[in-house]
Amino acid sequence: MKHTSPAAKAARILTGVLKYAMLIGLSFIFIMPLVWMISTSLKPNQGLFVTPIEWIPKQPQWENYVKIFRQVDFAQYIQNTLFTSLVPVLGALLTTPMIAYSITLVPWKGAKIIFPLILSTMMIPWQVTQVPLYITWSRLHLLDTYFPLVLPWFFGTPYYIYLMRQFMKGLPNSVIEAARIDGAGEFRILTSIVYPMCRPVLTTIAVLVFIACWNDLNGPLIYLQSSSKYTIAVGLKSFMLAAKTEWELLMAANTVFTVPLIVIFFLAQKQFLNGISTTSGLK
Amino acid sequence: MSTMTAVKRTDEAPAALGASRRKRKFFWLGLLFASPWIIGFLAFQLYPICSAFYYSLTDYNMFKEPNFIGLKNYRDLVGNRYVRLGLSNTMFMVIVGLPVLISFAMIMALIMNTRAKGMPLFRTIFYLPNIVPVMASALLFLWVMNSRYGIVNSALASIGIRGPSWLNDPTWTKPTLIIMDCWRCGSMAVIFLAALKSVPNNLYEAARIDGANRWTCFWRITIPMISPTIQFQFIMGIISMFQYFSQAFVFNMFTGAAGQATGGGPANSLLFYSINLYREAFDYLHMGYASALAVILFIIVMIVTFISLRISDKMVTYDVE
Repeated sequence: MKHTSPAAKAARILTGVLKYAMLIGLSFIFIMPLVWMISTSLKPNQGLFVTPIEWIPKQPQWENYVKIFRQVDFAQYIQNTLFTSLVPVLGALLTTPMIAYSITLVPWKGAKIIFPLILSTMMIPWQVTQVPLYITWSRLHLLDTYFPLVLPWFFGTPYYIYLMRQFMKGLPNSVIEAARIDGAGEFRILTSIVYPMCRPVLTTIAVLVFIACWNDLNGPLIYLQSSSKYTIAVGLKSFMLAAKTEWELLMAANTVFTVPLIVIFFLAQKQFLNGISTTSGLK
Repeated sequence: MSTMTAVKRTDEAPAALGASRRKRKFFWLGLLFASPWIIGFLAFQLYPICSAFYYSLTDYNMFKEPNFIGLKNYRDLVGNRYVRLGLSNTMFMVIVGLPVLISFAMIMALIMNTRAKGMPLFRTIFYLPNIVPVMASALLFLWVMNSRYGIVNSALASIGIRGPSWLNDPTWTKPTLIIMDCWRCGSMAVIFLAALKSVPNNLYEAARIDGANRWTCFWRITIPMISPTIQFQFIMGIISMFQYFSQAFVFNMFTGAAGQATGGGPANSLLFYSINLYREAFDYLHMGYASALAVILFIIVMIVTFISLRISDKMVTYDVE
């Protein structure tokens, strides 16, 4: 491969240039909508409909952000969303390791039945359970509360159990066996050996659950009725109906909705991408 | 781990346990630790699925008690215009949208797998749209694809192409959603990327020595080696396409007037199966009928998943570990 005739060298430089041109071009395409979102959010309403497009507004309208907090109770929505996202994180962190431990490191017959069952529930469309669950929550008089949104997260979610299992399978079994021989109780093994070793995957799960809840539209949409309880997603939905052509306000709200996740992404990028790529090893 | 020996010994040291006692102990432990999932499965999966079957045989609007009507909901559903439309729009996403999305994600993964300076930065950029909430992406794309003021049509106009009316022309609404999904392909691409990285390099080296070019290498080595991942993505993709909801829901809000029932987009081109289901359940409170729709969806997804597993199993190469 390493023949360095001038022609080959020129060809290599050319492919290098082409490669970077393509990478930069693609990056441009991927990032443009987000830049456009922020740019729009800082424009006056009349400024939206001018051609050619003004990418950097001459006078950034920071008031747009003040306006959305004034027109709708955005601060309340953010607070609510933090609640409906953080409680599920707690739930997932509490029970996912237990369940994964049971199917990975406890030698019992049930594991062989439960694990395939967990995987197969991933194939059940949420629409199938949605209607009966709605009826049940309504019978329990828990509509318009956060219970339907947060409680299910305390009972293990297939995808995260799977992620956790993949990780636990890679733990050195000898450590756990040694602890057992030393007479440590299983609960103790779980809390003082397995939990600390699982820190990377626990972070991944925390981040993924937080994002899933932050983004969720469907749950809040059907379960929350009073606007004081809205999460950002439903709040944004009703705001959309009110502010149809005020794109600068819609994009400002959209930016407020999106930016926390981007911050989290940059803080926890490694865990994030690791967690996602673990899924590929479905063997 | 010297501290381990300091841990309080239970009076029954495992070594002293009889095999059957040990087995029984682990049985109860396993059951105990798995119990959150078991309870959750019964309460949030199995029971709702069974009651979906039950409600599907009734007429129920949440105010009066369910009234048993046999298979009437199913008879009403067959040949219903919206069910048919919903199915064909959803099938379009499965048959056209999914292959486009998967191919695009694969190309992105191949690009991310090339060696270049600053690749981590490029990967981050390609992944970023996936972080944007689905709902926010949909709202953003309503603006990006705006036929008069959006950036896509402005860009097309600058090179002399008159862009289509993405959001109002029924032939372009679904492609718009597919374009948006491709923009958000990050997590799919990262999964492909991990698979690509797991292909042992010596296979390529051996092929090179045998004179294979890149194209042959891709089809004869890369594709077979990552075929389990492709299969996994296809199956999960099919399931998620059948559930296509949020993006279309947001798009449809802009075509219907406020206060109206959930819309179906221009000429009902975005009336997906689950949009119709949502409308029946939560706009009209036809809980029995909506349950019948849910049961049919469940059966369709099961059958399609099963068939595609069967077909794809023949194409997948599992490596010997």
